[in-house]
Amino acid sequence: MIRFRIIKRKPLPGWAKIVIPIAAILATLILSAIPILMAGGHLWKSYYYLFYGALGTRFNLLETFVKASPLLLTGLAVAFAFRAKFWNIGAEGQLLAGALAATVLGVNLGGVPQPFVLPIVIIGGFLAGGIWAAIPAILKTKLKVDDVVSTLLLNYVMIHIMGALLFGPLQQPGSSWPRSAAIIKAACYPILLPRSRFHMGILIAFFVVFVIWFINQRTTFGYRSKAVGVNIRAAHFGGINTTSVIIWTALISGGLAGLAGVGELCAIQYRLIMDISPGYGYSGIVIAMLGNLHPVGVLFSSLFFSVIIVGAQTMSRMTGVPSYIAEVIQGMSLMVMLIFLLFTEYKIKVMKK
Amino acid sequence: MSELLDIAFISGLIGATMRMATPIIFATLGEILSERAGVLNLGIEGIMLMGAMTGFLVTFTSGSIWLGVLAGAGVGMLLGLLMAFLAVYLGLSQHVSGLGITLFATGLAMFIYRLHFGSPTVPPIIQPFKQITIPLLSEIPVIGPGLFTQYSLTYIAWLLIPALSILLYKTKIGLKIRTVGENPVVADTVGVNVLLTRTLCLVAGGALMGIGGAFLTLAHQNMFLIDVIGGRGWVAIAMVIFGNWDPLKGAFGALIFGFLDALQLRLQGLGIAVSFHIFLMIPYLLTIVALISVSRKASIPASLLKPYRREEKGG
Repeated sequence: MIRFRIIKRKPLPGWAKIVIPIAAILATLILSAIPILMAGGHLWKSYYYLFYGALGTRFNLLETFVKASPLLLTGLAVAFAFRAKFWNIGAEGQLLAGALAATVLGVNLGGVPQPFVLPIVIIGGFLAGGIWAAIPAILKTKLKVDDVVSTLLLNYVMIHIMGALLFGPLQQPGSSWPRSAAIIKAACYPILLPRSRFHMGILIAFFVVFVIWFINQRTTFGYRSKAVGVNIRAAHFGGINTTSVIIWTALISGGLAGLAGVGELCAIQYRLIMDISPGYGYSGIVIAMLGNLHPVGVLFSSLFFSVIIVGAQTMSRMTGVPSYIAEVIQGMSLMVMLIFLLFTEYKIKVMKK
Repeated sequence: MSELLDIAFISGLIGATMRMATPIIFATLGEILSERAGVLNLGIEGIMLMGAMTGFLVTFTSGSIWLGVLAGAGVGMLLGLLMAFLAVYLGLSQHVSGLGITLFATGLAMFIYRLHFGSPTVPPIIQPFKQITIPLLSEIPVIGPGLFTQYSLTYIAWLLIPALSILLYKTKIGLKIRTVGENPVVADTVGVNVLLTRTLCLVAGGALMGIGGAFLTLAHQNMFLIDVIGGRGWVAIAMVIFGNWDPLKGAFGALIFGFLDALQLRLQGLGIAVSFHIFLMIPYLLTIVALISVSRKASIPASLLKPYRREEKGG
């Protein structure tokens, strides 16, 4: 009888951290041939239109950046939390909290001097997301409530809070749809490039990559946050106030997801609707894992995801392969990445008995 | 207010509560089985959607509704097996594997549906399950008509609650499952195959989740919509905790959820201005409160979330 056993290897060499995600992406693209062929699509044509649709023209390329910005922010939000082992599955709810706060502010700040409006909206959205993430962090640290389940449940609490408000006080006067009034002009993100939707929020998202990298690598808070993630007991005995670190990590993480909500509201929809997010918060989890929880890795994996999402639209139009293939590929890429990581950290030993 | 106390209203409310609770009961029982063996299956939401889609698709093409239920169970088993491969055999993080399965299965369900039906303006429909009225019992005043005019799957769900309870607490198999979930080292020492037990529980649990999903497209509605599950899988995760990993208490939680769901629909029907979103929030808030109390007790399976690997010594 042959038995397999999984044995731990020595620590990962530096190059592996770059090679593995790339290999995982390539393997996922190869695996996506299965659903493409299932749908009767021509293989090379499908891959061609997937990339052409995302990168082939100026407009498509800019759209890829438009899609990448919420994915990048939720990916960074999840990665920042996971690094401290705060299992934030709630980026979706925090995104909605951010969009909700931005709506309330963006509709009602007409009396405020114009240059102040957008900063207030952005800070408000950040705080709303942050506070929504801090609740499960407080529950975790003070009452030992499992963060995975509480963050997940709070997503639905936020969806229903939003629904209650959109059918109630926030509903656009005269409308029977669950949607808010439009935000004022001064609360909209400026469009930076003509004939596109390339908005300021994209630059903010890219800037956040740098900020998170800086926090992680160059500040004591980043060091403490990592220490809590690696070994919370050791961190505690080493004199770190782990409770405060986890709550602050959650505040920042939720805040970033909140910014994603602000972006979708102030640059794409201009008013709050129930389906303002097609699950960006959940995609953020995959993106964070694929990016190895590193901000630069998250940047590249969010770009990969937005290529898939934007390109799948064109591929669908040209080859008839349903655009939901983008979701299939997202799910597959996570599993492939996990398996690849496993086989680089461990090796399989075949034993004969 | 007199309408609220009307007998027809109460009986209708009881019936609707049972119907709305049915998919949650299936899913909760499936999740309890998995978690009792030590695996948290966050793939549940995606598994239910695949069950709903596959059940609908098979019924639509074959014309047989029971074949649809079987297909829903079958696809749930396959996804349970995938979860076992990732979380049990490879020992990957249960959180991430489960979420990965949910994402993958959600995408796949929508993809396959589109593939078969395109994007029609009017969604295709099937002939759904009919409700079965049980003679005599359904004539009990007030509660009878509601409780005993139900879909066959609802009756099955009710039979499954004590069945799982007996399996877990009164049989040798149940003892093995619980030992694997509490202390796999001990289970291994006394000759229980830990990995196989966990795999079988995930597969059987997946079947229940798949049927729970199929109920929504074959009985509750007669069509497949992309948001048909609408977070019911996560509700089930919550109900497992709320019910302390016990089938009876978990099913009770599912009933509360079904009741609130049914009540908000009816109040809306009566034109009473209560936002249904506030109602639908209650089960989630209740569960968070339950989580706070659970974290102080030790009822959670001790080895939940811990992958099992034999020690490498002497290998």
